Amino acid sequence: MTGDIVLWLAQDGITNGAIYALLALALLLVFSVTRVIFVPQGEFITFAALSLAMLEAGRVPGTIWILVFGGLAVAAIEAFAILRERAWRRLPRIVLLYVVLPLAVAAAVWWAAPRSLNQWMLVLLVLAMVVPLGPIVYRIAFQPLASASVLVLFIVSMAVHYVLTGLSLVFFGGEGLRSRPFSDAKFKLGVLDISAQSVWVIVASVLLIVALWFLFERTLYGKALRATAMNRVGARIVGIPTVLTGHLSFLLAAFIGAFSGILISPITTLYYDTGFLIGLKGFVGAILGGMASYPLAAAGALAVGLLESFSSFWASAFKEAIVFTLIIPMLVWLSLKSHRVEEEEE
Amino acid sequence: MIRRFSVSLAALAAAVFASFSHAEVTIGVTLGATGPGASLGIHYKNAFQLLPKTLGGEPVKYIILEDGSDATNAGKNARKLITEDKVDVVMGSNGVPSSLQIAQVAFETKTPFVCLTPISLAPDKLAWAFIVPQPTELMMGAVAEHMKANGVKTVGFIGFSDAWGDLMYKATEHHAAAYGYKVVTNERYARADTSVTGQILKILAANPDAVVVGGSGTGGALPHVALVERGYKGRIYHNHGTVNREFIKVGAKAVEGAIAPTGPLIVPEELPANHATKAVSLDFTKRYEAAFGEGSRNAFGGYSHDAVMLVGAAIPVAMKKAKPGTPEFRQALRDALENVKNVVGTHGVYNVTPANHNGLDDRARVLVRVENGVWRLMK
Repeated sequence: MTGDIVLWLAQDGITNGAIYALLALALLLVFSVTRVIFVPQGEFITFAALSLAMLEAGRVPGTIWILVFGGLAVAAIEAFAILRERAWRRLPRIVLLYVVLPLAVAAAVWWAAPRSLNQWMLVLLVLAMVVPLGPIVYRIAFQPLASASVLVLFIVSMAVHYVLTGLSLVFFGGEGLRSRPFSDAKFKLGVLDISAQSVWVIVASVLLIVALWFLFERTLYGKALRATAMNRVGARIVGIPTVLTGHLSFLLAAFIGAFSGILISPITTLYYDTGFLIGLKGFVGAILGGMASYPLAAAGALAVGLLESFSSFWASAFKEAIVFTLIIPMLVWLSLKSHRVEEEEE
Repeated sequence: MIRRFSVSLAALAAAVFASFSHAEVTIGVTLGATGPGASLGIHYKNAFQLLPKTLGGEPVKYIILEDGSDATNAGKNARKLITEDKVDVVMGSNGVPSSLQIAQVAFETKTPFVCLTPISLAPDKLAWAFIVPQPTELMMGAVAEHMKANGVKTVGFIGFSDAWGDLMYKATEHHAAAYGYKVVTNERYARADTSVTGQILKILAANPDAVVVGGSGTGGALPHVALVERGYKGRIYHNHGTVNREFIKVGAKAVEGAIAPTGPLIVPEELPANHATKAVSLDFTKRYEAAFGEGSRNAFGGYSHDAVMLVGAAIPVAMKKAKPGTPEFRQALRDALENVKNVVGTHGVYNVTPANHNGLDDRARVLVRVENGVWRLMK
């Protein structure tokens, strides 16, 4: 093993680690705000990456059906609530958000698909398709159970994962897809040939992490999210609507997922079920960070990326085993360290 | 009470009637058109829509169950097909572990099993199992020949970290001594991996004359693209699991020049007129593409077709000895399957013997290469 190889592996590990870091942040955010261990996080990656690849091939991705029918389902649930509470004032907003908006996005995608637009336009369309799925999933699957136990929420989360993976197979087929790189450029850095694409991944991840930090520290919504994460009941007492923070955290999670999907789809082949494994590695990263702190989660995810890269060189057949075994000592340490009784609110 | 009695009487009558009218041959199939093997399973399953409803003059019923590419489910499905549906022969599945499970069930229940994936079995289990696809050694033999002809002395291997990768590694290793090359790496990756940089660096450090990729479908593209990106100049060989149009779509320009062995039905138009399977391969490929779209041709649908052809050749012989739906018929069908001769399928000509439950020969393999974004026959 020479110095060159160490550098190459480190570069590869950091690129993957940056993606895992984004996902670790999203998982941690959703978990701390809503106590949901959000298994389907990876599906947003898949949907975004495969939708982008399909749009580039001039086909209409099936994601729009999930968007439209998911939106209609939410609208139906809300309409029922409105009818019961006779709160007619809420109706226009619901119709606008869950019927008109999805239909408008779907129409735009339908129109754009055969026209081979600029790649940036396609990226915007993909974001418009995938990001609203976050709040839609939250409204349908999790909001009615907002006060259930972590275990129940986890089981629901698994169910949502299976439903979305199944739909993904129907819409994208069993074979893998790959989208065009944003740039073919390569930089020479010492012995390394660094592709513009991996620079993109790292820069975009860092920017997004900084933006998230800004959101949490400097804005009212971010503070509301943090308050809910610290204490749901307390947050509600001081007037923070926890339903809103739930929606917001899922919106952010979907955005981060879609963003990661768009970043990695040109550098690897993605399948209808790949997102799950990527999400899982983000999850390992978050656990390495103790499932409590954002910087630690990001560092943990980076460690996962590096470990994965180096173990693929030394013992490629055991790579996955090595990465996932990492959780065990961490969990042992966490459970030895914590003296708190299992806290279950309410 | 009387009503319940008459209902059960009617049910009994129906059951008796059903067992009398049971003259048709029942083929039970378990496939995974969902789950990790979906990209293969869908093709296997599609082909059953194109298969004949009578075989050897007898009506045939197909019962197709879904196993989600899961070995345990495949085993359960096989048991259900045999005990509840009383099938005369089972077929399946699109994964090596699944097929091994079915082979076990078929062996226990003494039911003929026509296997749709290349597996290797102990001689006693092989008694009831017939394997349709070319053995991996036969396929990789074509690669070994080509490597020898081009003076390859060292070979780097990278394959899936599953049973398929193991099979491909063994097949590559199997020919090493006879064709005078040495396998210098045994790297593994998973289909869902986002990067194979580590494995590729290791191969480049070993600097082999050629690389063999033991992946399948689009999964074969990731190491190929990574090798090309890192400036590897040697030939890159794939296997018959990789030959489809999606592989080229994903790999784009990087996979230009990729070489792989495959069955003749992938390039039937380019086969010489005297090729044994040209007519059958061409006919099936045309019908498949008419039903499932231009360019949808693949090896897997052909295996389903050939499996049914084998059973079709055995049915008339077995019918002379027993009626379908009985253990005697299953025994007779097994004996007949063991001796079918000159069955022309889409992949090759089957001459099954008690010692060889596959029966394919060199006519069942051709080498293809990616030229200008299409798989072309290598002349």
